[in-house]
Amino acid sequence: MFPADLKYTKDHEWLKPQGDGTALVGITHYAQDALGDVVFVDLPEAGDAFETGEEFGTVESVKTVSELNMPSASEIIEVNAGLVDHPEAVNEDPYGKGWMVKVRLKGDLAAGLLDAAAYEALVSAESH
Amino acid sequence: MSTVAAELKKTPLNAAHRALNAKMVDFGGWDMPVQYPAGILAEHEAVRTKAGLFDVSHMGEIRVKGPGALALVEHLTPNAVSKLVIGQVHYTAFLYENGTFVDDLLVYREGEQEFLLVVNAGNSDKDFAWVQQHAKGYDCTVVNESPATGQIALQGPLSVSILQPLTKTALEPIGYYFFTHGEVAGIPCLISRTGYTGEDGFELYCAAGDAERLWNAVMAAGKPHGLLPAGLGCRNTLRLECKMALYGHEIDDTIHALEAGLAWIVKLDKGDFIGREALLAAKAAPAPRKLVGFKTLERRDIARDHMPVVQDGKPIGFVTSAAPSPTCGINLGLAYVPTERAKIGGRIQIEIRGRAVDAEIIPTPFYKRQK
Repeated sequence: MFPADLKYTKDHEWLKPQGDGTALVGITHYAQDALGDVVFVDLPEAGDAFETGEEFGTVESVKTVSELNMPSASEIIEVNAGLVDHPEAVNEDPYGKGWMVKVRLKGDLAAGLLDAAAYEALVSAESH
Repeated sequence: MSTVAAELKKTPLNAAHRALNAKMVDFGGWDMPVQYPAGILAEHEAVRTKAGLFDVSHMGEIRVKGPGALALVEHLTPNAVSKLVIGQVHYTAFLYENGTFVDDLLVYREGEQEFLLVVNAGNSDKDFAWVQQHAKGYDCTVVNESPATGQIALQGPLSVSILQPLTKTALEPIGYYFFTHGEVAGIPCLISRTGYTGEDGFELYCAAGDAERLWNAVMAAGKPHGLLPAGLGCRNTLRLECKMALYGHEIDDTIHALEAGLAWIVKLDKGDFIGREALLAAKAAPAPRKLVGFKTLERRDIARDHMPVVQDGKPIGFVTSAAPSPTCGINLGLAYVPTERAKIGGRIQIEIRGRAVDAEIIPTPFYKRQK
């Protein structure tokens, strides 16, 4: 539920550094569970740039919509085209097939990102 | 958060939902299942193709009984109560003098002088006070049976097949919007062929203390048929596809019965009832606004409840309910718009998070079952 190699935001996005200045970004298991069945993911285009915490898209479920906020300042280099026809991948495999964008990081990782233990503590506090 | 949860009202099936790992939410002060692990889409599809089982024990039940009961219910509601035969039920409303809604409800005719009124959970206390307040001078008793009553709704095309083995009461002869009394799984029930999903099905009323046994018996009987427990999430998408009104959305105390498209429950010629004068006047004048169905044209444009309908950046109406439709595969919704903009095929714009998007007015209900 909380892979150790990911960084997390308080808004329930995850970021996975690839070791080459790029990273994958998605939403956490907790986030997809709270949203319920995802039916559409609205993503930006390659080349778009976002600051830390800036909205870069939305994820729509049957019952609600949630903003996607960029975990760390970066430029989009790829979006997950597979989500167009299979948005349910966000529910089924949030840390794998459900990734949303690949980014090139600008500078250091944002200071406010949480490690797995800190994020788990946050989620545990929210659900009790 | 646990302190908040402790203050929520619980139905007799609360433990059953938790045992099924339901996701619970605060629904008008009630701790209710919004979905089970299968999820809203799977539960929605189960109701359309097989069957789903809902806990609707939070609904309010008010029994009106005595020589003055018929006259009181006629006075309180716009539909023609005297036309109901014993064993028949109809959809109706409590209206204020200005024709707007106190609530919508079902009226069951239990006897010549006995009616069961089934109202929305969130309005239950207000409704009971409303009935009591108007009952003065009528020779009848008014009893709030809500705390003593459990109710579950079995909905979907396989409802008869699932329920029949549990009861000696012949189910097939019960017509749509008729009811009878009988035992289900040995439990005395009011068996009503009604629902809020647009599918065939039954609403079963029983003593609160029997509700969990009844729920478990129906769940067990339905399992081989693909029955799923179904939460409030799919209840909303199911009713929306059929354009069934939800209080606080399509109807409330600012909207009157005719603009809500509910002229069919308003029998202006039946004699006096609360709200009649206002609705007579409303009928004589051109209606300024109308409830319409719409679909947005782009897949990414998903309208939601209470978003504004805009023209040149200015609000001209509002969305009452909207969602991606699991059955129709489009993003649809209901909205109040000025009557001159209400034509089928016409275009409106809805403001979604600051962006005006195009929508087309389409016929309703969005979904109708094949009989």
